[in-house]
Amino acid sequence: MTTTMPTPVENDEVNANDGAVGKGSSRARKTFVYFLLIVFAFVFIYPFIIQLVTSFKTNTDAVDNPLRLLPNPFDTGAWSRLRDTDFPRWFLNSTIVTLTVTTFRVLFASMAGYALARLKFRGRDAIFTSLLAVMAVPGIVLLIPKFLVLNELNIYNTYAAMILPLVVDAAGVFIMRQFFLQIPVSVEEAARIDGAGPFRTFWYIVLPMARPALITVTILSFQGSWNELGHYIIAVQDPKLFPLTRGVAGLTSGQLGSGSQFPITMAAGLLMTIPTAVVFVFFQRFFTRGANIGAEKG
Amino acid sequence: MATVQLDKVNKVYENGHHAIHDLDLDIHDSEFLVLVGPSGCGKSTALRMVAGLETISGGTMKIGERVVNDVEPKDRDIAMVFQNYALYPHMTVYDNIGFALKLAKVPKDEIDRRVRQASKILELDANLDRKPGQLSGGQRQRVAMGRAIVRQPAAFLMDEPLSNLDAKLRVQMRAEIAALQRELGVTTVYVTHDQVEAMTMGDRVAVLKDGFLQQVDTPQNLYDRPDNVFVAAFIGSPSMNLYETTITIDGDSGTMALGSQNLSLDASVLAARPALRNYEGRRVVLGIRPEDFEDATLVANRREQASLIAPVTLVESLGSELMVHFRLDATTVDSGDPDAVEDGGGDTAANAVGRFNPRASVRMGATAHIAVATENVHFFDHDTRKAIWD
Repeated sequence: MTTTMPTPVENDEVNANDGAVGKGSSRARKTFVYFLLIVFAFVFIYPFIIQLVTSFKTNTDAVDNPLRLLPNPFDTGAWSRLRDTDFPRWFLNSTIVTLTVTTFRVLFASMAGYALARLKFRGRDAIFTSLLAVMAVPGIVLLIPKFLVLNELNIYNTYAAMILPLVVDAAGVFIMRQFFLQIPVSVEEAARIDGAGPFRTFWYIVLPMARPALITVTILSFQGSWNELGHYIIAVQDPKLFPLTRGVAGLTSGQLGSGSQFPITMAAGLLMTIPTAVVFVFFQRFFTRGANIGAEKG
Repeated sequence: MATVQLDKVNKVYENGHHAIHDLDLDIHDSEFLVLVGPSGCGKSTALRMVAGLETISGGTMKIGERVVNDVEPKDRDIAMVFQNYALYPHMTVYDNIGFALKLAKVPKDEIDRRVRQASKILELDANLDRKPGQLSGGQRQRVAMGRAIVRQPAAFLMDEPLSNLDAKLRVQMRAEIAALQRELGVTTVYVTHDQVEAMTMGDRVAVLKDGFLQQVDTPQNLYDRPDNVFVAAFIGSPSMNLYETTITIDGDSGTMALGSQNLSLDASVLAARPALRNYEGRRVVLGIRPEDFEDATLVANRREQASLIAPVTLVESLGSELMVHFRLDATTVDSGDPDAVEDGGGDTAANAVGRFNPRASVRMGATAHIAVATENVHFFDHDTRKAIWD
């Protein structure tokens, strides 16, 4: 699966050797491209800088000069007040919920995806079609029905209420199915002849080959459940069960009285972002393309 | 080591497509049997049915003395080599080869011994720790072979294992696989669409077309005595030239009309094909192999009655021989091979190919005297397309 087409970068380098005129225009183009990249990088990083800076501002300063990059006065009050909140509790809740949800989502998405891609059973196509249909429904529409179901199941206001509805999602199943479809059937047939049954073929052969898709689903699941808010609003009421998103959202109105409370929300938000960033950076290293090179003809 | 027997085996797909019709094959112990045919003839389906990857719609399949119709692939004691190798990309060569043994719970030191033995035979020793992605096409092919031989199965099944290799490597691997099979003595069923592979590797060759078995025989017999028009044209390159002809018999000898020209039929030709006498005055299909044409000026005891005059349209020199394309005004017969290259079509195009001696003096655009070795020609019934012998 090697590609012989030159990438744009290589193309640029070739052009750069094309003589004086080409060299000049290519350098100008490069400068322009880098300028554009820097601008966009800045656009994306700026909110984080504001977040960091605001967390060291006083409430008044944050409201009066929201975009100023230097806090005046420099104030660590927000961070010390954050210690008085239930932040550790929320963090723990979020961790429990997210880890459980991610584990099961990856497991279920890969198993369901494999079944929909490879196993032959009646109604398979109908199930896949309804899966696509579910993906088209906006999540917000389902909040009230979800609440009613949780109530009916008598699990409202428990960890189960936060976790169960999230352990399977259509997008994950879809991603896994599409990936499994690309794996050559002959590899699975070889495993079958080698003596592996459907589950062992799945576990020892297909799943390891699906690593890029597994990592995608892991990242999406982790970020999805860590950042989820709407579902947690209808799932729990007890502050002891609040995950980060609910807890931090409540900071502005609930725990510390009224007011915008920008510095403390920003400080909490900053801490909240760290785990997802770590997960992304960590797993992204394994997200190598072409994990299946060598299965088939080269 | 085992025999493989197919008795009236049929394959009908859910959509009604009847891929295999009453296939009878009796593959002997240690035999190398090649299944060959044009694309879509059902050869891969037949092999996959032996492997257990396709269900059998009717008939009986036996491996050894056991009926395996409903036996899982893993319990059939077979090993398969796939066209695209189907290696496990995330495993090392060592693990690829040893995977089946690991699943079979063979003790670790025994696995190690057998993997190393197989890798030695296949010269893969230096690559045991590599992954398939780091290997060349030929090496991957060998890993696929290693995965098969390490299991010491009753039969090897190979589905066009060489078709992804470049021409040179294919010739080399062809010889290696054939030698390996003879060394191990494992019954082998080998599928290919390449008749050169079929002829050079097989102890016997089974020719399939549209799901029907055409003929099973040794390569030489297939070539010398094809059962029907299809086999005659399919085996041999360039293909046998096929024309409509009418036979006139006069006593011991006779003549056949090839367009506006006549060729004599000697008494020996008729004596070797007694059934031909029943076809007097009827249309039959005449088959002439390219090597049975020759530049008449090079033939020692040349006879006018056994030569044709034809315009030469193309001369291709291969060094050791000349491929001479010429035009006869006879009606050609379609062999029914869907993969066959249509020879011409227009009036100026050739409808005959001869394999001439390189010293032949034929020239493109000129008219040539072409001798025909009439003792070697083939006759087929025009309607049934079956060979006419006795």
